[in-house]
Amino acid sequence: MSQWIDAAALDDIEDEDVMRFDHAGHTYAIYRVNDNVFASDGLCTHEHAYLSDGLVMDYVIECPKHNGRFDIRDGRPLCAPVCEKLKTYPAKVEGNRILVEV
Amino acid sequence: MAIDRVMAVVGAGHVGGRAAQALREYGWQGGIALIGAEPHLPYERPPLSKGLLTGERDATQCQLRSRDAWRQDNIEHVVARVKTIGPVTRELVLEDGRVIAYEALLLATGGHPRPLTIPGAGLPGVISLRTLDHSAAIAPRLVPAARVVIIGGGFIGLEVAASARIRGCHVCVLEGAPRLLGRAVPASIATRVHALHERNGVDVRVNTAPTAIEQMSDGALAITLANGEVLSADTVVVGIGIDPADELARAAGLEVQRGVIVNAQLEASVPGIYAAGDVAVFPSCFSGQPIRQETWHNAETQARIAAHNMLGAREKYDGLPWFWSDQYDHQLQVAGEPALGEHSVTRVLAGEAEIHFYFEAGGRLVGASGFGPVSSMAKEMRLARMLVERGTSPAPEMLVDVNVKLKGLL
Repeated sequence: MSQWIDAAALDDIEDEDVMRFDHAGHTYAIYRVNDNVFASDGLCTHEHAYLSDGLVMDYVIECPKHNGRFDIRDGRPLCAPVCEKLKTYPAKVEGNRILVEV
Repeated sequence: MAIDRVMAVVGAGHVGGRAAQALREYGWQGGIALIGAEPHLPYERPPLSKGLLTGERDATQCQLRSRDAWRQDNIEHVVARVKTIGPVTRELVLEDGRVIAYEALLLATGGHPRPLTIPGAGLPGVISLRTLDHSAAIAPRLVPAARVVIIGGGFIGLEVAASARIRGCHVCVLEGAPRLLGRAVPASIATRVHALHERNGVDVRVNTAPTAIEQMSDGALAITLANGEVLSADTVVVGIGIDPADELARAAGLEVQRGVIVNAQLEASVPGIYAAGDVAVFPSCFSGQPIRQETWHNAETQARIAAHNMLGAREKYDGLPWFWSDQYDHQLQVAGEPALGEHSVTRVLAGEAEIHFYFEAGGRLVGASGFGPVSSMAKEMRLARMLVERGTSPAPEMLVDVNVKLKGLL
């Protein structure tokens, strides 16, 4: 059953940036872009690398290892070498908190 | 009668595999022959010195694509060695006698591990690391308390050292030069890498060369050093670089100089033949001077351009050199060509990470190198790369000041 988890304060993440969030043995990446928040699995689908170490440009996260890119809104892979979709999760802001539905 | 000529790719490694895939993506509907001496499907090399040795990954996870993907693209994986290239007839002759007529040819032959030339180099337990089979031979030897001597303090040697320590081995690294990593990184980073390994329990010895290896009666290997000292080991890993595998090209009369010389379109001195990856000597996007890169990024990006050009695209390769090396929880990255720098500045980041920026005389950035824990450095280093890639000329003091965001300098 899915539930909304308090992941971080909005201010914990700079605009156009990403942070790592670990919950129940799973690693997520939480993004903030133009004051919208998004969440995805925290590891790249291509090789073991934390997406939270990657660069966010607009709505795109780039894996720090091989520069594979994903659209953070739907997890769609945008360029080689990744071809597998990144799993995304609903995220929202309530007050100053970022909540993620996992 | 017309022959159905194929797109031929010699070398079924990262470059060969990616190029074959790209040929289909770019619309080639004829045959594709992907010819390699190894029985394995194309795989990526970075895990060979890391995940495969620590057991975090298996061979399947190193594959470029699944078996099904190659089948669906109707790419023929030919396990064979090529004997000769006929650039005029546009035919390859394989060692087993088969002849393959090609429309265009890509040489993605990579390199041969440079052989150790001291007595005992051929003993069992003395292993070079270049291929999946090499890695598979080394991995089971890295058991707790095993004694491992690594000859060569370059990237491969140091990555193996880190993996072997993670597996609980006793590790000694021998480097003939006064410092680790040669000229590929600045001295200050080499010093920190040296310290990182010592902190992790590696016995690092620079200015140290082995002169002979012998097998003792108990099976152990005895490595004699130039100063007379003798080390005992269960396994010796040799990582002293590669020699570009340009022998086929040379025999075919192509222009060759420690690699196959290609133009900006990655085309060799004979029309219709291309080279990419470790074996290709191509013009630098900065200086125009011939350079060769032995990196994942170079393989990945050149493969696609070469494939495109095999189909007549005339696309220029202007990729920025870039590589990384993971050791323990630290990462080292070099982007651009620091060697072209006239002066440099250092940006010191939180978490003991640092990035060096290199400027040419006119003030343009030509390179950046970084070292530190991955989480402290990765984002900033990516931005540093973009600054170099875009040919920017930021004020050095802005790069030094961590309060100035690199993103704002793009």
